[in-house]
Amino acid sequence: MPDINPLIIFLASIATSNMVLSNFLGMCSYLSVSSEYKTASGLGMAVTLVLVLTSALNWAVYTYLIVPLDLVYLQYVIFIIVIAALVQVLEMAMDRYTPDLHAKLGIFLPLITVNCAILGATLFMVIRSYGFVQSVLYGLGSGLGWWLAISMLAAMREKLAKAKLPPGMSGPAISFIITGIMAMAFIGFSGIFTIQ
Amino acid sequence: MPGNVTNTREIAKTQLWRENQVLRQILGICSSLAVTNSMKNSLVMGLGLSFVTALSSMTLSAMRDIIPHRVRMIVQTMVIAAYVILVDLALQAFLPDISKQLGPYVGLIITNCIIMGRAEAFAQKNPPLPAMWDGFFAGLGYTWVLLFIALIREVLGFGTVFGVNVDFIGFERWTIMIMPPAAFFIIGSMIWAMSARAQRLPTPNKK
Repeated sequence: MPDINPLIIFLASIATSNMVLSNFLGMCSYLSVSSEYKTASGLGMAVTLVLVLTSALNWAVYTYLIVPLDLVYLQYVIFIIVIAALVQVLEMAMDRYTPDLHAKLGIFLPLITVNCAILGATLFMVIRSYGFVQSVLYGLGSGLGWWLAISMLAAMREKLAKAKLPPGMSGPAISFIITGIMAMAFIGFSGIFTIQ
Repeated sequence: MPGNVTNTREIAKTQLWRENQVLRQILGICSSLAVTNSMKNSLVMGLGLSFVTALSSMTLSAMRDIIPHRVRMIVQTMVIAAYVILVDLALQAFLPDISKQLGPYVGLIITNCIIMGRAEAFAQKNPPLPAMWDGFFAGLGYTWVLLFIALIREVLGFGTVFGVNVDFIGFERWTIMIMPPAAFFIIGSMIWAMSARAQRLPTPNKK
């Protein structure tokens, strides 16, 4: 367990090691679900929730199941199963308790299983051998960072919908350019905290 | 999406260029950005992905009649994960340095949308052999895009090609090229060029 203050990990995973802008994770849904601010923000919330829960759960599974039973070579399969099961349970719970939110996010939830940000956070946590508190705060920070990035992109794309763009530029191309500029701005944070 | 093309040549042309997974379908972006500051890593990643896509497409196509519809996502993920584990173990055994540099991105091949995309769009409806070629060429299409991005980034950022020094060209190194923003700019421009070109071509089917 590296001796880093969990709070530093939390802040760093939002700003300096942002999931999208410096680790390139979760790009697929980041690009495809960012044309409308409200939906994007909802998905960001769902991803944050799933990230916190899976970081905690996968940490426990890794520490108490995978390592003692010497199953490290099967870790990918186990992590994926945990994530898929959790998303399934979450979907059912949302359907039952928050039907409004479910109506909006229902179709995205299955996508979250294959959102690389989720598995990515787990793998980073394992590779850097974080402790429990560090892992949960890392998951939370990564989720918030992802949420922040997709919200910013969606807000800009809403405005861009009315702008005149060169042929072929609208859609993914302009999203990448915007993201590049955002990533450049986020380099400004580097040096404040480091967790690598 | 031409769903029933089973001619290997056609598949190759479609996957390598016309419907390139990265540039036209905008899939598999995560890793194409993350590993492209070095050509060696890009090549290893691309070949690993081609291997996984080809074999998992073939396996899933062979199993397509016996997988119940409701659980097919999880079955697909499991098959993909099994092949990724093979790749990961092979890399750890034979190329430990690269394995370490790629870090979590090898494991993340599991969640690479290209593989799932090919399994859903092609392997579901086609026999194993064409499915394998389809997956393989989809992987190669991904590989050349990766290598192209990596070439720009590595030459301008490190002054090397495949780790071989080409500094004699003689220019300042652009640190920005090895940082994340450059990856976004390069891939954004490539996608722009591809879709501008596709829009200009008068094709009978949809753009």
